[in-house]
Amino acid sequence: MDKLYVIAMIAVISLVTVLLRFLPFWIFGKKRTVPPFVAYLGRVLPPAAMGMLVVYCLRDLAPLSYPYGLPQLIACVAVVLLHVLWRNTLVSILGGTVTYMLLLQLVF
Amino acid sequence: MENKAKKRRGSVPAFRGLKAAFLDTVPVLTGYLVLGLGFGVIFRSHGYGVLYAAAMSIFVYAGSMQYVAIDMIRGGASLLAAALATLMVNARHLFYGISMVEPYQRVRHKPFLIFTLTDETYSLVSHRERVEAQEEPTRYCFFVSLLNYAYWISGSVIGAAIGAVLPFSTEGIDFALTALFLTIFTEQWLSAKKHAPAVIGVLCSVLALLLLGRDDFLLLAMALILLLLWLSGKREVERRG
Repeated sequence: MDKLYVIAMIAVISLVTVLLRFLPFWIFGKKRTVPPFVAYLGRVLPPAAMGMLVVYCLRDLAPLSYPYGLPQLIACVAVVLLHVLWRNTLVSILGGTVTYMLLLQLVF
Repeated sequence: MENKAKKRRGSVPAFRGLKAAFLDTVPVLTGYLVLGLGFGVIFRSHGYGVLYAAAMSIFVYAGSMQYVAIDMIRGGASLLAAALATLMVNARHLFYGISMVEPYQRVRHKPFLIFTLTDETYSLVSHRERVEAQEEPTRYCFFVSLLNYAYWISGSVIGAAIGAVLPFSTEGIDFALTALFLTIFTEQWLSAKKHAPAVIGVLCSVLALLLLGRDDFLLLAMALILLLLWLSGKREVERRG
């Protein structure tokens, strides 16, 4: 009973996730040419979605109580600065992550 | 010409694109191993071992939803509640799909590429300049998708198998994924001529977050983003279409 319940839960969650992932391709991908608006979205959505993902990752930031979201904010500034200076993805990500871990474990 | 052809035959064609894909997915490797490990450990602590963790990671493959799923299973939630929660938490995948319809129009392994379109995979394969600079863009996308999938499954299986987190403190290492998104955001900003889409993405999300709070803001954010992009792009689309 318990086993069956967990398997059914996994199946349902999997089904809905797969549906969400495939739906746009079923709707817009069938024709030979992609509708102009969808092609337009293909160009402008990635930067917008990336902005949304950054905000999503920082959604637990609490600027009004200690430590005022400072570890995240400082690490984010580090990522942007490193990237503007070197434009090396690995350097920016590694530098930002190490900064965050040090701040979290040693400072705050 | 002949030389080039020989050289190509000399290398191992099946793995071309793997190296670039691996280097670009190193941040995902760290993030997925740690988050996957955490998922496996927690799932096991509620009495569900390697098989269940593997099944969830193989068939669902959606990080945050898998954490939500543990809570729901523990609380005995109904299947309908699980379906609705998945719809809410994972609706952002519609976004990714819409913007990959054109790039993925004619690719090999298309169903696999679509199934493995997580936040992190999307952030790498939607980065057009980087993808198109590859010798074989399709293979690059395939390897990025495959590697990320493998990292996630490995992390959760290892976590469920050993049932404990790493002996040294990894507190804060999940920031690697935030840093990944922010780095790509910055890179796109630096190479883009127009910054309106990036600004729209951030402002709409912040506004929605302030209005609805951490758990429910994504749907509103997506609706606002689509609306503003539609308004700002209407003229451009009409001209081209």
